[in-house]
Formats: sequence, C-alpha cells, structure tokens
Amino acid sequence: MSDAELDPHGEVSVDRLALADELAGANAAADGTAVVASTDAAEYALRLGDDALVLAQQLGMWITRAPELEEDVALGNIGLDLIGHARSLLHYAGTATGRSEDDLAYWRDEPEWRNAWLFEQPNGDFAHTIARQLVASAYLVELYAALSESTDPTLAAIAAKAVKEVDYHRDHAVQWTLRLAGGTDESRRRMIVAVGDTWPYVDELFVDDELVERLAVEGVAVLPSTLRPAFDAVIGEVFAEAELEPPSGRTAFIASGGGRHGRHTEHLGPLLAEMQVLARAHPGASW
Amino acid sequence: MTTPADLSAASREQHGDADAQALFDELIAKDSRIEPRDWMPDAYRKTLIRQISQHAHSEIIGMQPESNWIARAPSLKRKAILMAKVQDEAGHGLYLYSAAQTLGITREEMMLQLIEGRARYSSIFNYPTPTWADMGAIGWLVDGAAICNQVPLCRASYGPYGRAMVRICKEESFHQRQGFEILLELMQGTEAQREMAQDAVNRWYWPSLMMFGPPDDQSPNSAQSMAWNIKRFSNDELRQRFVGMLVPQAEVLGVTLPDPKLRWNEAEQRYDMSEIDWTEFDEVLAGRGPANAERLRRRREAHDEGAWVREAAAAYAAKQAARRAEAA
Repeated sequence: MSDAELDPHGEVSVDRLALADELAGANAAADGTAVVASTDAAEYALRLGDDALVLAQQLGMWITRAPELEEDVALGNIGLDLIGHARSLLHYAGTATGRSEDDLAYWRDEPEWRNAWLFEQPNGDFAHTIARQLVASAYLVELYAALSESTDPTLAAIAAKAVKEVDYHRDHAVQWTLRLAGGTDESRRRMIVAVGDTWPYVDELFVDDELVERLAVEGVAVLPSTLRPAFDAVIGEVFAEAELEPPSGRTAFIASGGGRHGRHTEHLGPLLAEMQVLARAHPGASW
Repeated sequence: MTTPADLSAASREQHGDADAQALFDELIAKDSRIEPRDWMPDAYRKTLIRQISQHAHSEIIGMQPESNWIARAPSLKRKAILMAKVQDEAGHGLYLYSAAQTLGITREEMMLQLIEGRARYSSIFNYPTPTWADMGAIGWLVDGAAICNQVPLCRASYGPYGRAMVRICKEESFHQRQGFEILLELMQGTEAQREMAQDAVNRWYWPSLMMFGPPDDQSPNSAQSMAWNIKRFSNDELRQRFVGMLVPQAEVLGVTLPDPKLRWNEAEQRYDMSEIDWTEFDEVLAGRGPANAERLRRRREAHDEGAWVREAAAAYAAKQAARRAEAA
C-alpha cells in the first residue's frame, strides 16, 4: 500500500472557502459593487430566512430519533436545504445593517424574530412533523416559484435555487401524508389529530401587510394572499386522495399570528435558547 | 425467496464441498473478490456478518455523540457541516447493512441484535461529548483512526464490503478534515477556546488509540481474518501509522498529545509510547462505558416509537399492491 492510500486526506491544510461563493445570490452585482439590501427588502428576507432557520432547527432534532434510518437521512437532508436557504436570506438581510448571517441567527432575541408561528410549533410525533412539513412545503413551493420572478436579483436567485429543493420536500410530505392517512387505524387517527393541531397556523402564512404591499408594488416581494388559491388546490388534491378533511375554518381555533411583527408562541424561546447558547457564551469568538 | 445461503448450498451440492472449498481458497490466494453467489465457508460468512453489522451499528450509534451538538452548533456554517456529517453516517450504516444482507441476514434482525444488546458496536461512541471541541476531536482523532482501519478494508476479499468501504472512506476523509478545521479554528481563537480544544484532545486521544484493538499478541480473531484477506494489517501496525500521522498534525494545530513518553525511536523506526490502559478499554467494551446505556436507550426508543410509522408504511404498501392486483 502506498503512503497516499494510507493517508487519503493527504496533506491537511485549511480551506478558507469564500463565504460568498457558498451562498446563492450573495455574489457582487454585475458591475462589481457589493449588493446591499434596502431596509424593506432586508426585513422581507429576514421573515423568509427566519421561517427556514426555525424549521431547520426543528428538523435537526429528528436526526437519530426518526422512525427509520431512511428518515434520519431524509429529514436531515430537508433541514440542510433549509439551512442553506436561511444562510442566503440572512446574509442578504444583514447587508442592510452590516451584520453577518451569524449575527442575525445568534444575537437576536425573541421579539426580533420574524418567523410565522407554524414554523415554531414543536415536532410532536411523526404525524405532527409531517403535517407541519406538508403545510410549510406546499406554501414554500408557491412562494419561491413566484419569487423567482422578483425584480430583486438576489431574492430571485435564492428563490430559483430553493424552489427545486422545496418541491422535493413537498413530495416527501405528500408521500408520508398518504401513507399515514391510508396505513393503519392508529396512523390515520394520529394524522387526523396532527392536521387538526396544525391547521390553526395556516392562515398567518397568507396575510398581507404594509411591508409586503410596498414591496409587491415594486415587484420585489410576493403578496402572500395571492399564493392561497394554489396552496388550497394542492392541499385539496392531497386530502382527497388521503380521504382527509381540513378542519372547518368556522369551528376550528385560528391562531392570531403575529410572528412577522415579533410576537411569538411559547415555543420559540426555548428553541432559540438552545440554538444560541454556545455562541453567546463566547462573544466575538470565531468558529 | 432464495437467499445467498441457499445459493451457496446449491453450489456446494453441484460441485461437492471439496471442490467448492478449493475454488474459494484459490480466489483468496489470487487476492480476488468473493461475491454473494460464490460458495464460502460458514465461518467466513459468520465472521463477515459479525464484522459488517458491527461496523454498521457503529455508524448508527456514532451519530448520537455528534447529533448532540447539531442544535447548539455555534455558527450556521458549522451547523450545516455537522448535519451533513451525521447524515453521511446514517448513509454509511445503510450501505453496510445492505452489504451484510447479501450474506443472508435481514436488517430487522441486525437492528434487533443491536437494541437488545446482543451485538457490539465501536466502544468509542460510549464516551460523552460535553463540549463543542469534541466535534473537532471526534473528527480528527476518531474519524482519523477509523480511516486508518478502514482504508485497507476497501480491498477486503468480500466484494460488497470492499465496495461499500470505498464510498465510505471518501466521505470519512472529509469528516476528518472538518474535525481538524474545527480544532484549528479553536486553537487560533480565544484562551477559552484553546483550553476547550486541548481538553477534548486529552479526553479522546487514548480512546482513539484503543480503536485499533488489543495488542497483536492478545488479538484472538486477527490471524484468521488476515488469512482470509479481510484484515490486511495488524492492530499494532495500524496504531503506529495513526500516531505517525497525528504527530505532525498536532504540531500544526498547536495541541499537545497527552503522552509524555511519546517520541520517535530512530533505531527501531517506530514511535515509543506509554502503555495503554486496557482495563478502561475492557470496561467500556463490556458495556460499562460512560454513555453505553444512554446510546442503546436512544436507539431503542427511536425504534419503538417509530414502530407505528413503519407499520403504516407496510400496511399502505400492501393495500396499494392489493388495489393494483384487483385492477389487473
């Protein structure tokens, strides 16, 4: 055996990959100047980035705990894609105020987070995770498909890359929804409970406010309300095949939402505390 | 269903035991590959099932000490790398279970052996990971030792095992490198970060040397495995090579390897080192490692709590098949 075979990692030297190259849409503009987000675009990117990061953090908790090894891999993969989206979006959001993706991820407190409530709802059992994934991915597919036409080239580039990935996430969630709803009596019972527990958090995803209205006029952002019909059509098809019914809007509890303005449920605090604890114990350190 | 075991029984009837054994011996002598349909001695098959399934279990249990830090990784880049790494380990477990299945054992049976405590896995994963620097030390030392052990296995005589190992080794070298980088970043950081790195190296150095197994004169299974071209180098040879790789890398990092007697012996062309404390190894191997019960409990819980999901998937598949049969 040659030395090269014995030492397959070869000479160890440090890779200092330019961060910008790893992040979709993070490269300089065509004329070579660095891209800086407007205040509004940064706030919008923060909403999207926070949704992705909070969901990724939750999915990471499944690794080593999933019902089969294939799901450790699949849920981990989905989480990894979402971290990728979060990094690109938070990097862009940070350009408005000179903060890095990690400044935003690790050094903001709860009221500064802009994710919708759906994403911070706990994993629950596998059926709850799948119900949350179904709603999240069906929404994200419509969002990123529309956003890939954004007049903001950075957001358009991030969305164009992300849409292919969330399409796969949606397929994963649909396949499991069908299996759980159409599997055993026990799995069907759990899936129905999970859909009931998840549905109150759907409406918040499709609420327009002044920020998105301003950005939509310029073609930068997508009005969330415009995504609802396509979302309902997809969910309607899945539910028809799975023989599930969405809880009726009139009788079910509807969460008031407020995540876009920094009001959160009790679940976000502990999630952030765990995520941020090490970084905050070493201010100024690099990792 | 015809299992590989049935096939080899059939081939034995056709050729007679003596012919089959002669063919097997010839393939081994030529350093050729044995494939699932070839006849093989029962002891060879059993040795491989034991070794490959233990290796698969080690990948699966080995996910736990690292998954401990996914949620708390101190930067998004590190979080992504760590998640990818742990996910690779699940993938390695899956390739290896598949390779073992070609020898006539099911994944379900191997999983039961693991969670019922009837199978072994690498005892290194029974140590806890109290700090972030453990992610660096595991990559650098544990994955580094694993690579030294595993690169020769790419040429193992059993085809499916050797081929699985080729894929695994490629990914392991990335793992070792990212561990080294975590430590390097810490060693170039604050005082607290440097202390964290040195502490982790102190805790993982000796256990990583023990990963090569007992000294050659006390290794009961080694001789037969070497004769069958499953194992290519002795435990002590591999341990020496590993230390030879670590010494210059420790210098680059600026960490101290915790062995005051460690030095190059020019006359004997080997490293002198302190005696390894095998009593600790024996304790951990006997299932009394610091995190042994915890690792098995987590695996068992995931298996038990996921049962209803696996049953649902099986029931759904059966219903779909029945529907297709009806339609046809």
